[in-house]
Amino acid sequence: MNALTAWIEGIGCIAPGLPDWPSARAVLRGEQPLLPAPSLLPIPTLLPPAERRRASRVVKVALAVGLEAIAQAGADASTLATVFAASGADGHNCHALCEQLATDDRQISPTRFHNSVHNAAAGYWGIATKAMAPCQVISAYDAGFGAGLLDALGQVVVDRQPTLLIAYDSEYPEPIFAKRPVPDVAGISLLLTPERSERSLACITVTPGTDAVDTLADPALEALRNSIPALRALPLLARLARGEAGSVCLDYLPPMQLTVSIQPC
Amino acid sequence: MTPLLLSAYTASTCLGRGLDATRAALQDGRSGLAPCAFETVKLDTWIGEVAGVDAQMLPAALSRYDCRNNRLALLGLQTDGFDEAVRAAIARHGRQRVGIFVGTSTSGILQTELAYRRRDPVTGALPDDFNYRCTHNSFSLAEFTRDYFGLEGMAMAISTACSSSAKVFAAAARQLALGTIDAAIVGGVDTLCLTTLYGFASLELTSSRPCRPYDAARNGISIGEGAAFALLERADIAQKGSVLLLGAGESSDAYHMSAPHPEGLGARLAMEAALRSAGLATADIGYINLHGTATPANDAAEGKAVAALFGNRVPCSSTKGATGHTLGAAGAVEAAICALALTDGLLPGSPGTESPDPAIAVDYLLHGRAGQAHHALSNSFGFGGSNCSLIFGVVDK
Repeated sequence: MNALTAWIEGIGCIAPGLPDWPSARAVLRGEQPLLPAPSLLPIPTLLPPAERRRASRVVKVALAVGLEAIAQAGADASTLATVFAASGADGHNCHALCEQLATDDRQISPTRFHNSVHNAAAGYWGIATKAMAPCQVISAYDAGFGAGLLDALGQVVVDRQPTLLIAYDSEYPEPIFAKRPVPDVAGISLLLTPERSERSLACITVTPGTDAVDTLADPALEALRNSIPALRALPLLARLARGEAGSVCLDYLPPMQLTVSIQPC
Repeated sequence: MTPLLLSAYTASTCLGRGLDATRAALQDGRSGLAPCAFETVKLDTWIGEVAGVDAQMLPAALSRYDCRNNRLALLGLQTDGFDEAVRAAIARHGRQRVGIFVGTSTSGILQTELAYRRRDPVTGALPDDFNYRCTHNSFSLAEFTRDYFGLEGMAMAISTACSSSAKVFAAAARQLALGTIDAAIVGGVDTLCLTTLYGFASLELTSSRPCRPYDAARNGISIGEGAAFALLERADIAQKGSVLLLGAGESSDAYHMSAPHPEGLGARLAMEAALRSAGLATADIGYINLHGTATPANDAAEGKAVAALFGNRVPCSSTKGATGHTLGAAGAVEAAICALALTDGLLPGSPGTESPDPAIAVDYLLHGRAGQAHHALSNSFGFGGSNCSLIFGVVDK
């Protein structure tokens, strides 16, 4: 088997109480407490004004974490392959469509329909960044981060293509919320490259296996890891925040889990 | 890329269940489209409905997955001996070494649409018997397939609208190249639902007649449903007549959510990438299965890209006049049609198309005919500007 190895050049993070990677880094290093707060979503200035106003929470979170990782790396978004991973599409839009289709007036809005696709955030990313490179969009329920990481590493290792992984999830309103209680929106992105550069932050190697999954000692962080699928990546981010070499096992798709060894640059 | 063997494959659409029914319909130039009488839908349009989906029962132990999409998935898996071939591969390689890569655009959302008609009148709650994870969620198809075969390895659903089940071939090929798996179940399943029927109608993209791909008078799609699967393994066990995946190319339009790039630029990038991946030149391609949805914009854009790359030298057709547009299943359905074209020496025609658009300078096949292609290219493009082209070959007979 080829080593599933890549270098990380940029990191993006938005989660409840963690508005960006520098604040997440401080919390994961234990320098700041995690204060309970809803996720803050920046205005997607990359989009044209009409799309900006209508942008859903999944579009906002995906664009924001992707741009944060790219800014950190000084990379050109228009050249990057992308892998988007999310449990579902825009939950509020889905609810509105299902609600209307259950009435006698089924003439749904065309904009609602084209925004209902699972790859809507990826489509807006392409429109905003002019990236014509391959763009993958995955769903794996709670295993999205791991599934996205495996496909992104495939593109990095096999195709030698710098690849931006964007894992994100958002909430449904009631009544679907009761069936899928994701509490808030969150996203994590990693810019992965096949070669080391002066911008590389760390080298990671992923090995599928059946090790025990790492959890987080802080109960509030552990609750986030458990409740929002994209945040299954938090143990990896905690290592990266502390700049420690070692390995962590991420929850993927039981019984298969992903062990990630980390070597800071 | 390193060629991969399609050691088993199957397709079920409105043309019928399995390869023999599909082959017979392609040879006869028959369409499976019929006026829409699905569920309570009242739209003036034609659809491609698969027979027998409602009657398909899931095993009791997997009843939590019960919905139209997983019923059609099971129907597909139990056709052409595909499930036996998968079990033999699991016996060869192990439960953790067979990966799942399946495409869908709407998964089991019909189940949620129906559940919304049964909300509690006081609380608004959905009924207790509604299982979001196992039906509506896009991963449901992958998880159902994983549990059906008792697999313990990697699995993902790819959901890039109408390119979904073409991109699964590329994703599986990467993992086979990495060596994380030894075999991959790839495929696509999409089923009729209110969201897509009313949604495409809202965009004025559905035709009131059977769709007419590449026709001068084309005016929209006919929505279909389908289940198609292939088992990918390394090509060292290929035999004469075996079908191989030789190349895959992916690109993005970066242009518009629901309209293609007018010059077909993303489509062209995907076809060029597939040719590079296969190490082939345009002259090596003997048949192109077009995306050919029969919307004015799609066929014009794709036609420009094909003409720019291939001129009018390569016989090509869209088979959506036969199957309807099976959306997230289209890539896998049309991969199976390419495999039949290569193994049978058949170049499929385009039921429904009467007068090819003179503005599109390609060698469009109105009617099927005998002809031995050695390499076939299949195009799949989706909302959000997601493009994928695949190239298949046949081991010389």
